[in-house]
Order: sequence, then structure tokens, then C-alpha cells
Amino acid sequence: MTGKRIMVAGIVAAGAAAILSVASLGAVERDPAYQAARTSGQIGEQIDGYLGFVGAPSASVKALVEDLNIKRKAAYTAQARANGATVEQFAFTTACRLIAQTAPGEKYQAPDGSWQTRGAAAPIRDSRCP
Amino acid sequence: MNRKMPATGMGLLLLGGMMMGGCVQVQAPDKPIVIDLNINIKQEVVYRLDSKAQQLIEQQTEIF
Repeated sequence: MTGKRIMVAGIVAAGAAAILSVASLGAVERDPAYQAARTSGQIGEQIDGYLGFVGAPSASVKALVEDLNIKRKAAYTAQARANGATVEQFAFTTACRLIAQTAPGEKYQAPDGSWQTRGAAAPIRDSRCP
Repeated sequence: MNRKMPATGMGLLLLGGMMMGGCVQVQAPDKPIVIDLNINIKQEVVYRLDSKAQQLIEQQTEIF
């Protein structure tokens, strides 16, 4: 009986762990090349909701960023339409979140347009961001 | 009385300055001129859209 309880507890724990790990993964992970470019500080989050280059990009990073920005723009356009906003407004609002969610070491654009490196503290964001 | 005169005077000064200054170097920047910092959006709009923006980020993680 004790053994059975332990087994049930183990199964419940494993199930919970599985659910938690799936939840944290999200729909699809980032492309490893994209993640690497973020981590190395070659690219960063702009205040307008798109990715930008910190310095001169390699051809592959440039292509990667252009592809991602096209996809972001499509997503912003769809959401803007659905929510009665302009594409620019939706993109800016998303940027507030994206900049807040940069990992330490990643680059983001401050309101004055300069590139900043994210530290442990909160990033410098536009005053209109929630 | 003649309003054109100050402008003409300024024009002459500028022309003189340019002639004395020699060549002007214009160098295009290496990086693309990308950003318009004056994004026209009101804070109330940002607040209204904020939760939708977060949902989008969570749904399409691969592009964000």
C-alpha cells in the first residue's frame, strides 16, 4: 500500500513536470541561428517591434533578420486589423513586451535609439510602455 | 520696407561662406538609416493592446 502511494505520487509528479515543461516551451522554439545571434548581441530588439543589427551583420544574419521581420510585420498587421489599431501601434506595443523580455546579455534599443545591453535590472523603455 | 533684402543678404553671406570653405565631404553611413524614433502612439492605446501583444508573443514564439 505504501509502495502504491509512492508510485501514484511519482506518476503525478512526472505528469506535472511534463505539463510544466511543455508550457514553458511555447508553440515552437527559436531557430538556433536566431537564438545565437541574439545571445551574441549581433541583433537586438528595436523600439518599433522589429529586430535590428548591432553593427554590420553577416549575410546570413541579415537574411535571418529580414525573414523574421517580414513575419513579424504580417503578425502585427493581422492583429492590428483584429484590434482596431494601426500596424505601427501594435508593433510598438509588442516591442514594449519584447524589450521587457530580453535576456541579460541581449541587446535592445533604448528610447533615444541607442543600443543597450540588457542586465539583471529592468530595461530602459519608452514611458508609454505599461 | 523691402522684405526681400534680408534674405538676399543672407544668401550672399552663405554663398561667400561656401566659396571660402572649399569642398564639403558627404559620407553616407555604413549602417542603414532605419529608425523613426517619433512613433505616434498614445499610452492609452498601448495599454489597450498590451494583453493582445503578449498573447501574440506566446503564440508565435519562433519569430519573437
